[in-house]
Formats: sequence, C-alpha cells, structure tokens
Amino acid sequence: MANQKVNAIVVGSGAGGGVVAKELSTAGLSVVLFERGGWISYDDHPDDELISQPIAPLGTSCGPDDKRHRRVMVYPDGSSRVVLPSEPDYNNIAACVGSGTVSYAALAWRYMQEDFKMKSTYGHVPNSTMEDWPITYGDLEPFYEKAEWEIGVAGDDTQNPFAPPRKKPQPMPPFSHNKEARMLDEAARRMGLHPFPIPVLRNSVPYGGRPACIRMRNCNGYPCPVNAKGGTQNTVIPVALASGNCELRTHSIVSEVLVNDQGKITGVTYFDKDKRKKTQYADVVVLSASAIETARLLLNSRSRFFPRGIGNENDWVGRNLQGHAYPKAFGIFSEDVYDDLGPGSSVAICDFNHHNPGIIGGGYLGNSFFIRPVSFADTRPPGAKRWGREHKEFQRLNYKKLLKVHGPYQDIPRFDQRVDIDPAVRDFWGIPVARLLPSQNETDLEGCNFIAGKAELWLKEAGAVFTWKSPGTSRAVGAQSHQAGTCRMGNDPKTSVTDKYGRIHNAPNLFVADASLHVTNGGFNPALTIMANAFRIGGYIASEWNKGNRFK
Amino acid sequence: MSSGDRLSRRNFVVLSILGAGSICLLYRCRPQASKWRFFTDPEALVIDAMAEQIIPSDEWPGGKESGVTNFIDKQLTGPYVRFQTTYRNGISALQESSKSLYRKGFEQLDAGQQISLMENMEAGKMKELQWKDGFDRQFFNMVRDHSMQSYYGNPRHGGNKNNMSYKMLQLDTPLITGQNRYNNLLWQIRR
Repeated sequence: MANQKVNAIVVGSGAGGGVVAKELSTAGLSVVLFERGGWISYDDHPDDELISQPIAPLGTSCGPDDKRHRRVMVYPDGSSRVVLPSEPDYNNIAACVGSGTVSYAALAWRYMQEDFKMKSTYGHVPNSTMEDWPITYGDLEPFYEKAEWEIGVAGDDTQNPFAPPRKKPQPMPPFSHNKEARMLDEAARRMGLHPFPIPVLRNSVPYGGRPACIRMRNCNGYPCPVNAKGGTQNTVIPVALASGNCELRTHSIVSEVLVNDQGKITGVTYFDKDKRKKTQYADVVVLSASAIETARLLLNSRSRFFPRGIGNENDWVGRNLQGHAYPKAFGIFSEDVYDDLGPGSSVAICDFNHHNPGIIGGGYLGNSFFIRPVSFADTRPPGAKRWGREHKEFQRLNYKKLLKVHGPYQDIPRFDQRVDIDPAVRDFWGIPVARLLPSQNETDLEGCNFIAGKAELWLKEAGAVFTWKSPGTSRAVGAQSHQAGTCRMGNDPKTSVTDKYGRIHNAPNLFVADASLHVTNGGFNPALTIMANAFRIGGYIASEWNKGNRFK
Repeated sequence: MSSGDRLSRRNFVVLSILGAGSICLLYRCRPQASKWRFFTDPEALVIDAMAEQIIPSDEWPGGKESGVTNFIDKQLTGPYVRFQTTYRNGISALQESSKSLYRKGFEQLDAGQQISLMENMEAGKMKELQWKDGFDRQFFNMVRDHSMQSYYGNPRHGGNKNNMSYKMLQLDTPLITGQNRYNNLLWQIRR
C-alpha cells in the first residue's frame, strides 16, 4: 500500500531532526520522521568498553553496524580504503532513535559571540573558507534557551565570565565536582583563570519526568541506564509522537530526495526494514542526517534539474567538512586522584577560546571523562613501552593517579576537506557511499600546541609530578561526532548551500537542520547548537506554514 | 541463520569428517578436535606465548592465563573475521623466522628470545621475505592491540577472566557500580 502524502518529512532523529519533528508536529503539520536505526535500550549492551560509540573495536553500541555500512577514507598521501563503522576512520554517529544524543557526552555548550563572527574577528585566513555565520549569537539565543529548558541542562553560566549573555539561567543546578575536578578548580583559581562547572544535558536533579544522574564511571559512548541523560529520544520525540501528528518510521534508509518533472522536491525514496524500496511524498522535506550523511543524500539525489546533486550548482555541498582537533595534556600525581565519582568532565575554563596571541580561535579546556582501562593501555608518555612488564606496571601504578585535560580546538574550514560520493563502493542497499577527503592544509599545529601547553601548566599547578602533552591533530579526516559544515548557511547562493533558515538555494521546500549548516564549528561540543538551530528552523517552517506559506 | 540451519550444517560436517576419517585411518591420521574456533592447537600456543610477553604474569596473572587467546579466537569468528588471514599468515611467518633463527618454534623459545623477536617485529626490522611491506609491524600491532582489548576489556568477550585486570587496577567489579548509587539516590529522593 502506498504511503499517504504528509506535510513534512524529517530525515534523521538526532539532535536536529528530533527537534524539528517536534516543532512541526506540535504546530499541526503531519510529519514522518525517518530513522535508519531503531529504539535502543541500555540493556542491549551494558557498559562495555569494546562496544561503545567513540571507541568501538568490536562494534558500535548504537549503530551503524559493520555488516551493512561502508565509507571510503582517502588519506593525505592519496591512498584510500573502505572503512567500517567500528573503525575510527569511519567517523561514525549513532544510528538509532535519538542518534548521537543517546550516547553522547551531553556537554551543553552555547557557542560564544565570536564563534558566529570568525571572519570579522580574525580577518581572512589564506587557504580557508572561514566566514561569518548569516546569523548572530543574538539570533540564536532564544533557541539556546528553548533547548536548555525543553531537553534539560544542568549548569551555572554565572560562574563563567566568558559565557555569552543569556536571559534565563540554566534550568538545573550544576553537578558537584569529584576529587580531580576540585583539584583542577582550585589550581585554576590560583593561576588567575576562571573555572566553572561544565553545562551538561544530564539531570543533576530529577527533571522532565526523568531521574537524576547516578554518576557512573561510563557515560560518553553509552545509553544511560536510568534515563538521566537527555537526548531527543526521551524529550522532544515523545512529545512529537504524543501530538498525534508524527509517525516515527524506524529502520528506514532514505536513499534519495525526489524531484518531479518541474524540478520541485516532492518527497524521498527509502528502503524499509525488509529492504523494500518505497516512496514518501510531502510538501516540505527536512534533512537532519548529520554532516556526512546529509551531504551524501544531497549528492546522491541527481536529476535533470540537479545533475550534480541537489543544492550543488556551485560545488559547495560536502565542502568545508569540519570537526575538532583535541589538544591535550596528561599529568601523573603522587597520590590517587581517582575517586570513582563519574563520569568525569565537570570543570572547564573558557580563558583560551578567543583572543589568544597569534592564533585564530582556540577552545575550552576541561578534565576528560574517566579513561577506561583499555584506553588507558594506550595512554603513555612519548617513548614509553607499549607492552611488556614495564607497560603493565605503569598501568597498575598510575591508573588512579592520572588526570587528562583536553578540549576541542576550533577548526578552520577548508574548501578541500570534504565529503563526496565514491564512484565504486556501495552499501548493503546499493546506495553509493560517502568518501571522506582530507585537506592539503595542515591543522593549526601552533594553536593546538599553545592550548596543549596551557593544559599542561594547569596540571602542573594542580600538583602533577610528571606531565606530557599532545597537540591532538591529525592529517586525515577526524571530524568524528563533531562533524559539521558540509551544507553551509549563507546569504550568497554562490558561496553557500542554504539560506539562513537552512533552506537549500533553488529548492524552496527542502531544508537542512543539523551541523551541516555550521559555517564554523566553535571551540565547543556542538550538540546544543545543533538543537538550538533546529528549534529556530523548525519554528520558522511551522510559523510560515501556519501563515499559509507552502514553500513553492 | 536459524539454529536449525546451524545444526544441519554441523551434522553435515560431522558426516563428512566421518567419511574422510575412514580414509584417513589408512594414513594413521585423525581429524584433530581442536578446542578453538579458528586457531589450530599449534597456532594457539604461539598466540599464548605472544600474549604472555605482551602482558607478562607478575604478582598478577598474565595474558595467557587471562584468556587472550580465547578472546582473539572468539573475535576471529565474529567481528574480527576480516583479520583471519593476517593471523594465519602472521603466525606462520613468525614460526618460520623463529625456526630459521633458533631452530625452535616461537613458543619454545626463552623469554629473552621471544621478546627480542617481538621487538624486531614492532620496529619493522624483520628481514625475512615473509615480513615484507611492513607485515611484521602490522601483525605485531594487531596482536598487541587485541591482547590489550582482551586483558583490559569486558570479560564477556572471552578475555579478562574473573575480571582480573579490574581487580589489579582496584576497580570494583562489575565495572559499573551504578545500581547501588541509584538505590541511594532513590532513598534520598523519597526522604
């Protein structure tokens, strides 16, 4: 039986799509929300450091699976190979209802005012496409607030003098620090820095009908066993479904955006869970499939009207793929700093996000999540033995004495760091796969070393007796779960893919609402910004729709 | 594949072995019932020996006792099925090198000889033809990484027997202690 036409299709149920589906369906539009995975529960894969999301040697905890999914990675030396979702080079994002917001670290950052005005702040950067966003922080502020209250954020920005202005506080009090965070907090104050508790999309107190965090060791990479971590799957998507206007279609792989013989977007084709090819028609289509998959979907949608893929007249779709380098430092202390009060990552400083001498941007620094024993086996100072008696002894002596400080470093967008379509490799459904190509320009090594140096000084002040650091850069594409930038928003159709509402230039009823839109990607984890922007775009579509605009 | 399929396939295999066995008896050979899923018994001894050098036993058990070989063997018929050839060729290359250098199998060498061979593999210094194109380093790193995953990872995958590495690191087990905290928390809320 053919599917009935609906008002709107949303592709992807993560940080962007879950929010848009809720905004549209509660405003009265009929919505089909497509998700390639299914509902995930904690019991499917209890904490297992070999099956998680960022580190997944034996498979991802929340998908995608190794059997059916492929990508092609091109390395800086020009060689390339097929990569599986369980390999780091795949740059995976969870494939389940809620997507990355099920398994993410749930840090709830607002980008700073400068992050929306990188070109005005730092000028033109050679060999880069760095540009201002077509919107300002002020435009997004009300939607940050909406995301914080509807999904639930614990934090206290009044303790961060660098935090951008806000009208309303975060809804939940911040988390208390564990031992290592207390040590770092005190050390930062002694250094004249400005430490504060990291805002998180995790309940510090019961909120939204969900309980408070139980402070486990593991968090990042796993679903939460008690539902204290807020994602779209346990906040806005249930609201969308309760509206009666939203159908969530799981295990459905959208393969192409459909164009009719007048060049108008009419819907999508997809494969259902039994691999049957189907179509769904709608007045409006919103793509929220993540930076790599949204670009792939647009590039795979070729027709007489869009011979190079939809939105790709000027070859900008898939370009400017960004992530974050992670400059870091490690410190070993003379006594135990580990107190098992998880999950870590609770103290940060924004002293080095902007206006650092000689570098463009920067990033926040904070303590990392607890390092699991298997990752600790790869945590060694340069030159240390990677195996044998000495290695085992290091593990035993230092597991509870080591502290890691790190942070995401603002990426400089490059036109040649990109996603395109591999000419040969196809996935299980026969859809051509994404190919990831690195930039010929190196990451800002100097800037990363600067930030790593600050991290090391912080650890020394906290009492570390032995420290080392790493710029955390990579020549290959390492966009990972912070992937962004492939369908840039802009006012000029020649140098962007969408307008400031995420609408594809030349396709008035086709929108994007995920990190693909990010012109630059801040020195922060991007989840809250994706959500806020999705509230803005979803709200815009809904209000236009109810004014009678059918986006023709 | 349903369990019915698997049974019928196993029956088929058993029947073929029985058939082949009657011929084999003439040559005094018997199909070896290996306890491993992928490895042959001699191969497993080599992995045991490598694992024991990668994570030697001291006051705490080493890689061999903790079940590294069992972990790798299990994964090679699961998520690591794509590494089967690397293991088969790697083990055979190592045995060849060991026999030409020391006239003994790798598992029979003393610890110093084993370590020296493995250090050469790690450094990409193996001269023999079978290690060309960096295969020495590739194979060594693979065994090293998989040994760490086994020893320090979740026991459900066949290694880290009795949570021994968690005990060594003084992490209470099972790894996640959420439930007790959850109970405390509920108690606080109810109060």
